Amino acid sequence: MDNLLILLLFPLVGALVLAFVKQSAPAKRLALLFSVLALGLTIPFWCQFNPAAGMQFEQQFAWIPALGIDFHIGIDGISLPLVLLTNLLVPLIVLSSFSATHRGSFYALVLGMQTGLLLVFTALDAFTFYVGWEVALIPIYFICALWGGEDRIRVNIKFFIYTFFGSLLMLIAIIYLHVQTPSGDFALTSFYNLNLDNATQRWIFWAFFIAFAIKMPLFPFHTWQPDTYTTAPTAGTMLLAGIMLKMGIYGLIRWLIPVVPEGFAAYGWLAALLGIIGVVYASLIAFKQKDFKRLIAYSSIAHVGLIGAAVFVWNVQSLQGAMIQMINHGISVIGLFMLVDVISRRLDTRDMSQMGGIAKVAPAMAIYFLIIVMGAVGLPVTNGFVGEFLMLIGIYQYSIWYAAFGGLTIILGAVYLLRAYQQIMHGPLNDRTSSFAPLQWHETVVLVVVSGLIIIIGVYPQPLLNISEGAVTELVQQIGSLAR
Amino acid sequence: MGAIITLSLLAILVLYLGLFKAKNTLLPVSLAGLLGSAVLLLLDWNKAAEPLYSGMILFDRFALVFSVVCILITVLILLLSKDYFDRISGNVAEYFALIIFSLTGAVLVTSFHNMAMLFIGIEIMSVALYILAGIRKKDFGSNEAALKYFLMGAFSTGFLLFGITLLYGASGSFDLAEIRQYVIDNPTGISVMFYVGILLMIVGLAFKVGAAPFHFWTPDVYDGAPILITIFMSTVVKAAAFAGFLRLFSYCFEPLQDFWVPVMLVITIITLFVGNITALVQHSFKRMLAYSSISHAGYMLFGIVAIGASSSGAILLYATAYSLATVIAFGSLILVKRTSGSDDYESFNGLAKRNPRLALTITISMLSLAGIPLTAGFVGKFILFAGVLADYHVLLVVLAVINAAMAIYYYFRVIVAMYFRPAEREVVAYPVNYQVVFVLAAVLILLIGVYPGLITSLI
Repeated sequence: MDNLLILLLFPLVGALVLAFVKQSAPAKRLALLFSVLALGLTIPFWCQFNPAAGMQFEQQFAWIPALGIDFHIGIDGISLPLVLLTNLLVPLIVLSSFSATHRGSFYALVLGMQTGLLLVFTALDAFTFYVGWEVALIPIYFICALWGGEDRIRVNIKFFIYTFFGSLLMLIAIIYLHVQTPSGDFALTSFYNLNLDNATQRWIFWAFFIAFAIKMPLFPFHTWQPDTYTTAPTAGTMLLAGIMLKMGIYGLIRWLIPVVPEGFAAYGWLAALLGIIGVVYASLIAFKQKDFKRLIAYSSIAHVGLIGAAVFVWNVQSLQGAMIQMINHGISVIGLFMLVDVISRRLDTRDMSQMGGIAKVAPAMAIYFLIIVMGAVGLPVTNGFVGEFLMLIGIYQYSIWYAAFGGLTIILGAVYLLRAYQQIMHGPLNDRTSSFAPLQWHETVVLVVVSGLIIIIGVYPQPLLNISEGAVTELVQQIGSLAR
Repeated sequence: MGAIITLSLLAILVLYLGLFKAKNTLLPVSLAGLLGSAVLLLLDWNKAAEPLYSGMILFDRFALVFSVVCILITVLILLLSKDYFDRISGNVAEYFALIIFSLTGAVLVTSFHNMAMLFIGIEIMSVALYILAGIRKKDFGSNEAALKYFLMGAFSTGFLLFGITLLYGASGSFDLAEIRQYVIDNPTGISVMFYVGILLMIVGLAFKVGAAPFHFWTPDVYDGAPILITIFMSTVVKAAAFAGFLRLFSYCFEPLQDFWVPVMLVITIITLFVGNITALVQHSFKRMLAYSSISHAGYMLFGIVAIGASSSGAILLYATAYSLATVIAFGSLILVKRTSGSDDYESFNGLAKRNPRLALTITISMLSLAGIPLTAGFVGKFILFAGVLADYHVLLVVLAVINAAMAIYYYFRVIVAMYFRPAEREVVAYPVNYQVVFVLAAVLILLIGVYPGLITSLI
């Protein structure tokens, strides 16, 4: 059971089945079944994975021979964590939507997107990668625009055009690199072996960087993000923040820096600086937010900014931190948006000033909430601590100033998230909050799994770190850290 | 060769059927004739191609593939015509006959081997279209379309003839092989006449494919003509015109690239921007498609800018992808217009709730036109971009990419209207013949999108 192609196509089969299910109840159960089975299919890959062996489970078929395009997929230490993350989060995302009555087409889109995401995280051929990149975009556009909130049409067309433009820049870079390869193909290894002159590397760097930076999003390419996150339905926000933004970070590690090392050497400092600016900028705006969902959206920009900076510093610690923080951020952000959904569904508002005292009526939820906030803030014994600590060590080796301002995420994040916690959970009860209904089973499952993972990874992160260590070390040896 | 004779005879036969009021036999006879001529073409598939009739035409692989594609798209269009022509005119046979005549011209344009045949082919193709554009005699828009099309078309033919004359003056022959030989034999001493001739040919052919700044007839003609005729003009005629363009330039003028590629670059860039920017501000779906067809002509010009071995495959794929998507787009407008009575985007509001399957095929067509992966439209763009980048026209591709991002806005307006805008509306009647054509076209779009080798391996 370690056929990677089957793993990729399985959600797509689920999507095709679900597209024909009209009733909500069977659609939910089927979607959950398919996503859990996909998670089950992932486990053999984890068990058989050998961190020291480089690329594994490879599969390659000729796709468009005339252009040297192959369908080529495989897993290494960089891909596996993200494949695991995707297949772990999708069942949770499906569960999180159980309160709503969605038709099968909703879940078909979720599972269809899962195939696109898995394709991105496993592609070893630039054409395959690009196809996955766009295939993941179409379903999320429909999810957000069909089931989203107010102003969804305008917000989502902006989101789509923004990301599509970025993708097209990347497409130019990919085709240009393809033309340069002596073998005339799109293989990742051919791209790595190119000897491009410095000027070419510089513009290719920006073509890829803008595409990835829009997806993450990094400052100043983030302007689509808060509106899209806020108007999207909960499952859509979770897909965007939990998994899709990792496509951008993964792209940096896999397709940008190793392909154009000289471009990276020239502009890496600037890209890392943009990440740090994003940290400070988004944190300051998060302070001012009254809408709980928008606050989380901005906190996500801050966290991603730090991950981006860590990637561009490019040493073993910072990259290992970024790898594990991608997982952590995915888990925490799913938890946070689940809480937003639980609370706003019951109170019919997302305005934090109208909340208060919920801890008194829902004590169990208060505990999950606290654990998730701790994880997001990065307190010791939670998963966030491991990632942020590693990233800051790495960034410190490059520049103490970057590390100092990057470290603000922890402090500022603690301030605005704990303040939100206080405002929502403590204080006096009011008319809205006093009749707070208890958690439903599916909400409890999501919150328990998320809180459990936060603590387990926080206490014992070594298995996850082991997965990526070999691949990360090799990449850093190959390219070399950002020079001061 | 049998195909051209079959098509000509078929058109005359159809006229006689109309004369004897055999209305119900028109469609089956036309379809059978078209398929028959396609089969005749395919019989020549593996034969070594030789110029026929003192070098007038040459049915090489290139001509065969483009001709067959043109014929098959005409078949799709005629399948949509059931009940369509009867509604707007009593003399249905005219439509069939004129479309088949025009198709005969299109086949000649793809297979010419002599400048005279290029001219005759374009004229056969166009004259039938002038009549078709104005066939709704009492409709003001239709008359305007016909008059504009005729005047502009006559002008462009004039340019074309001038061009051919000058080329003849320089090279002493109408025959493509001899013109090519002239270019190869005189690497330095080509006369100025020849260069001017190339420029005039570019102008004439740019008129025919609707490239800016010679595009002014397109929107009004596409808007004014009956929708089914618009489909024919924007698919078959455009594909044939591009085939002729490519045939001439790749065979005869390739060694002179340094001279004409800069001109084509300017035309391409203007075409892209004019088509896209104007399409952005349209309120009518039909006019949007008309302007977007200009921008698609711009993308297809990439194949001529980056002329080379892969050009014909790229243009064939793009033309096929564009034609399939256009058949769905305009065809769905026919259906939607029957209930709403208008060409606007608003007519599509709420369609997904009432006609989910129709909405899905329209979505596939829009995604293909916008160039989203796993559709034929994406592969078409991809191959064309690859060709241009191989010649290091990076700036051109960057401009094209800006245009592609703009195009998302107006193609997605349709999707937005269908899925996200609520509206009280009736179910749009979705006749069986439309279902067959749309599903076939949508499946082909996806199939080519996933496995483009189906098309590119043909040439």
